Amino acid sequence: MPPSVLGTSSRTLGNGGKVGAGVLDPRQLYTSLPGAFRKLNPFTLWRNPVMLVVEIGAAFSTVLAIEDPSVFAWAIVLWLWLTVLFANLAEAVAEGRGKAQAATLRAAKRGTTARRLTEWEPGHEKVSFETVSAADLARGDLVIVEAGQIIPGDGDVVEGIASVDESAITGESAPVIRESGGDRSAVTGGTKVLSDRIIVRITQKPGESFVDRMIALVEGASRQKTPNEVALNILLAALTIVFLIATVTMQPMAIYARNTNPGIPDSLALTADGVSGIVLVSLLICLIPTTIGALLSAIGIAGMDRLVQRNVLAMSGRAVEAAGDVSTLLLDKTGTITLGNRQAAEFVPVAGVEEMELALAAQLSSLADETPEGRSIVVFAKQAHGLRERAPGELAHASWVPFTAQTRMSGVDIDGREVRKGAATAVMKWVRDHGGHPTEDVGHLVDGISGSGGTPLVVGEVADGTARVLGVIHLKDVVKQGMRERFDHMRRMGIRTVMITGDNPLTARAIADEAGVDDYLAEATPEDKLALIRQEQQGGRLVAMTGDGTNDAPALAQADVGVAMNTGTSAAKEAGNMVDLDSNPTKLIEIVQIGKQLLITRGALTTFSIANDIAKYFAIIPAIFAVVYPGLDVLNVMRLASPQSAILSAVIFNAIIIVALIPLAMRGVRYKPSSASALLSRNLYVYGLGGVIAPFIGIKLIDLLVRTLPGMS
Amino acid sequence: MSATTAGVLFIASLIIALALSHRPLGDYMYRVYTGTRHSLVERGVYRLIGVHPGAEQRWAVYARSLLAFSVVSVLALYGLQRLQDRLFLGLGLPPVPDHVAWNTAVSFVTNTNWQAYAGESTMGYLVQMAGLAVQNFVSAAVGMAVAMALVRGFARNRTELLGNFWVDLVRGTLRILLPIAFVAALVLVAGGIVQNFAAPHEVTTLTGGTQLIPGGPVAGQEAIKELGTNGGGFYNVNSAHPFENATGWTNWLEVFLLLVIPFALPRTFGRMVGQLRQGRAILAVMAVIALASVVLTNVFELAGEATVPQAVGAAMEGKEVRFGVPGSATFAAPTTLTSTGAVNSAHDSFTPLGGMMTLFNMMLGEVAPGGTGSGLYGMLILAVITVFVAGLMVGRTPEYLGKKIGAREIKLASLYFLVTPALVLSGTALAMGSPEQRAAMLNSGPHGFSEVLYAFTSVSNNNGSAFGGLTAGTPWYDVALGLCMVLGRFLPIVFVLALAGSLARQAPVPASAGTLPTHRAQFVGMVVGVTIILVALTFLPALALGPLAEGLS
Repeated sequence: MPPSVLGTSSRTLGNGGKVGAGVLDPRQLYTSLPGAFRKLNPFTLWRNPVMLVVEIGAAFSTVLAIEDPSVFAWAIVLWLWLTVLFANLAEAVAEGRGKAQAATLRAAKRGTTARRLTEWEPGHEKVSFETVSAADLARGDLVIVEAGQIIPGDGDVVEGIASVDESAITGESAPVIRESGGDRSAVTGGTKVLSDRIIVRITQKPGESFVDRMIALVEGASRQKTPNEVALNILLAALTIVFLIATVTMQPMAIYARNTNPGIPDSLALTADGVSGIVLVSLLICLIPTTIGALLSAIGIAGMDRLVQRNVLAMSGRAVEAAGDVSTLLLDKTGTITLGNRQAAEFVPVAGVEEMELALAAQLSSLADETPEGRSIVVFAKQAHGLRERAPGELAHASWVPFTAQTRMSGVDIDGREVRKGAATAVMKWVRDHGGHPTEDVGHLVDGISGSGGTPLVVGEVADGTARVLGVIHLKDVVKQGMRERFDHMRRMGIRTVMITGDNPLTARAIADEAGVDDYLAEATPEDKLALIRQEQQGGRLVAMTGDGTNDAPALAQADVGVAMNTGTSAAKEAGNMVDLDSNPTKLIEIVQIGKQLLITRGALTTFSIANDIAKYFAIIPAIFAVVYPGLDVLNVMRLASPQSAILSAVIFNAIIIVALIPLAMRGVRYKPSSASALLSRNLYVYGLGGVIAPFIGIKLIDLLVRTLPGMS
Repeated sequence: MSATTAGVLFIASLIIALALSHRPLGDYMYRVYTGTRHSLVERGVYRLIGVHPGAEQRWAVYARSLLAFSVVSVLALYGLQRLQDRLFLGLGLPPVPDHVAWNTAVSFVTNTNWQAYAGESTMGYLVQMAGLAVQNFVSAAVGMAVAMALVRGFARNRTELLGNFWVDLVRGTLRILLPIAFVAALVLVAGGIVQNFAAPHEVTTLTGGTQLIPGGPVAGQEAIKELGTNGGGFYNVNSAHPFENATGWTNWLEVFLLLVIPFALPRTFGRMVGQLRQGRAILAVMAVIALASVVLTNVFELAGEATVPQAVGAAMEGKEVRFGVPGSATFAAPTTLTSTGAVNSAHDSFTPLGGMMTLFNMMLGEVAPGGTGSGLYGMLILAVITVFVAGLMVGRTPEYLGKKIGAREIKLASLYFLVTPALVLSGTALAMGSPEQRAAMLNSGPHGFSEVLYAFTSVSNNNGSAFGGLTAGTPWYDVALGLCMVLGRFLPIVFVLALAGSLARQAPVPASAGTLPTHRAQFVGMVVGVTIILVALTFLPALALGPLAEGLS
């Protein structure tokens, strides 16, 4: 794992599980303006029925204002157009954030040529190739890439090993190793080979490379409405129809009301012909859910974008949405829950041996041991017992005994003393072979450590002709800091965490207990994983998992949210619906939170949008009808200056609330993992109650400004 | 006893009675609709109509059966009215005019019971008993059948089948409505409601004039009129007539009867979905809205904003002295909160804001507690919409009772919600836009407008009560209001059944700590809020030009 990734995870662990916010640069509003104007085209706007209605209303008002011009009419017309424009701006800003990234990616792709092999047999040094454009490569073609060249397309390394700079995609500057066979054979088009030479079999279709997909995703070009977005759009359309009916049918009622009171002079809003067209349109636009209608697609794009900022690519918005619904998380133990390698945690001497003596022997036997376990022993000896680390070269007479699969131990022979550490059975046999008699004590210690989920390494020595066991090193999986807290959060959110491990059940259980996961799957095979996912899904649960190997592919495909590691095989990347460019399995938890945040933002702004209507009625209804029925003036609770200023203020509020909420739509509402009830209460207060109150204040403030305009009283 | 005390006692005793009855009745209805055995009589009926009672139906088949049954019912009722002079027990009355007959036929089949005629002087006993009373039973049973189909949609998983319409219809009629109506009728007779086949009596009045006093099989019809939330009176003045509603306690009993099934159905729902608390939450939503409405109506009426009402202590115009203000207000609110539409006072004469409450009750879609069956399914639709809007705020795609509310579900729920506002508002707008139809109004100004608005609100929501004042017996109104009744009844039913089908097909999503809890006070408050806000937003312009303009002046 590259160090920067560790940095990422510790950063996100530090803030109590809160999803961090993306920032909105005010300049983006300005640079997105041309895009916003382009989106005024009704043929593209029809995808957003609410805003299409606004545009039609704006166009209609323009005609009316031309026929019968007044300051009021033109002010309304201006703000209606601004309403549409602001909605387009929201979408353009959201899309704009991906554009920069797309440009970098395009640059990596541009003008790449490929050296396609014309004949090749595995193992032969001599190859013949032709130079073609990268765009002409077909699936199954073999290409040769040497140091300094760009890999022309996605594929698997079939021969050779090379270090590859993948920073164009991951932003990670440290090179990675790609080699044929195994789980690190996948290479991505657009990345650069730094050393050596590899032969790559292309696995993509032309124009469908990973980079192509990334470009499409970050630009939002391939964005399709997600199921929930479709459903919400239906509800918004229904509300629009309801309010359309309410405003249109108001006309004959208004004419009647006006004409039964013939003595009343015509007002700007109401004449003998009924409510003026401009005012009717204003009322309609104020009532239909423009706020959420304007921001809906921006929320979706921004959600994907928040993932991109965390170096996760979601292949579809559907997957992001599913992430919010996930109720079971399958987490690989290694790398996700634990730090990846077992580490020495304790030296347990047998009776009659000092702990320091054991520590010394353990350290000595591990000085040349380059395995993570061996290194951890040296580190632990230094930390816990103050033993200075010595380079193997310092000990001139030492003869190092490396670990082999046959002996299952390693150690050192120095100055007639032999020290060994290794698997319990192997070391004890070695001691017996040298005439020693390990006491029963050793067996108890070993069993005790195994029983607690740790791994025992026995340390033995032969000194002065006597062989004996000194003690046992307790190696254990170290659970990452803060994991228990995170799993508690998950539980509160109703998400079950299941740890997947190849360990035996005893070890698995001990780690599961320590980490605080809800369940574990020990000695897990890929088939077991698949079966577990199916079983959870049978019960109606949505499952998320991470994976990197080819044998993970079926499970990744089956899971509702399958996050493939970028270091993984092409098969795994194909099967999953998200790719984590940092290859950090812990990110699954963040992905779930981002999914939830996306849904909450959508719900919160919908609620806010509907709640806003109450105040607008209080502004507009008395403005139109108080002339006829003075009693209705009591509804003018905001005491707005005049009918014109009331209507105009409502329309202006309706427009600028869109711009005001763009930052919120971009970064998502504040989200802290907690129970559904608590989340709901908070959001109801902020966006429900707030949605009722805010426009009363906002419209009043705008009115204080607007009333100073000419023609407003 | 002051009017206020009387009102409080009236309401409190009703609440106690409903609290006591909703459990046993709800449990009983659960057994009726989930039982597998058929009685001898039922088996006879099934054989007669050629139905295999064990065969369950998909939603489309269920809907087709329901529509076929309703079409036949309309035709039969129309025929009965048109031919009443040639059949027996016609009391020598002429055939009912065609537009009135059409209006009445759809009115009773749709459980609206809007009456474009004066009962005692238009319909003979045969039409009243074999036509109208029969529809009083079966139209109520149809409503309950639809509610049960929707509940099965929530309760069942991975199936297309929603039950058998004919079985639900027969059981609802024979096992629930008939027995309760029978007992209630006997009690009403004891209270002084008439039940005879006598020809009208001619009596000499105190002033020396003569008057015809009709009798009739009233008590039987009265019981089901309330129990089935029908509301079509035997007499023109409905429950204000002493032969329909004799005393204070029969008045209480009638209010109880019209509320008893709608308030018990949430319990049935809770049992069927296997979570009593879900039923309690729905019941709580209904109860909160109903209580608020009843109290407000009483307050507006007792306060009496005009000069005369204030002089006498309350608004007594248009109210029966036998019932007083609370007895009338507490009748008017429930009759509009349910789809009953029976009246014991003239809503036209209520204070403007009191009258607005009756309008608003109906505009809510009659969901608190609503008609027999239709109240429950209407409320469940609102719960679905609430879950959809607010459910997102817990960070999951919305689900209710373990069923995902996706595009198809919200489409059907939205369509359901769209029907009534569209009918009410466009109907009213059409009438107000035409000088000819405006002429039917008794009053002018906002009050006259309220009369028209009330008529269209009442029929589109299948309530059937009339504000009064409007001369709605013209061919135009008969046809227009009839269309509103048909569309206002059957379009929503089809959408509900389609929704039920789509819910039943789903696999359930298990509840977890991350699921929106739909049984807590929080959710109850949300449904109440969404219901009131959505309705207020839709109808505020209309209300502002009618009762609000009048009441705030």
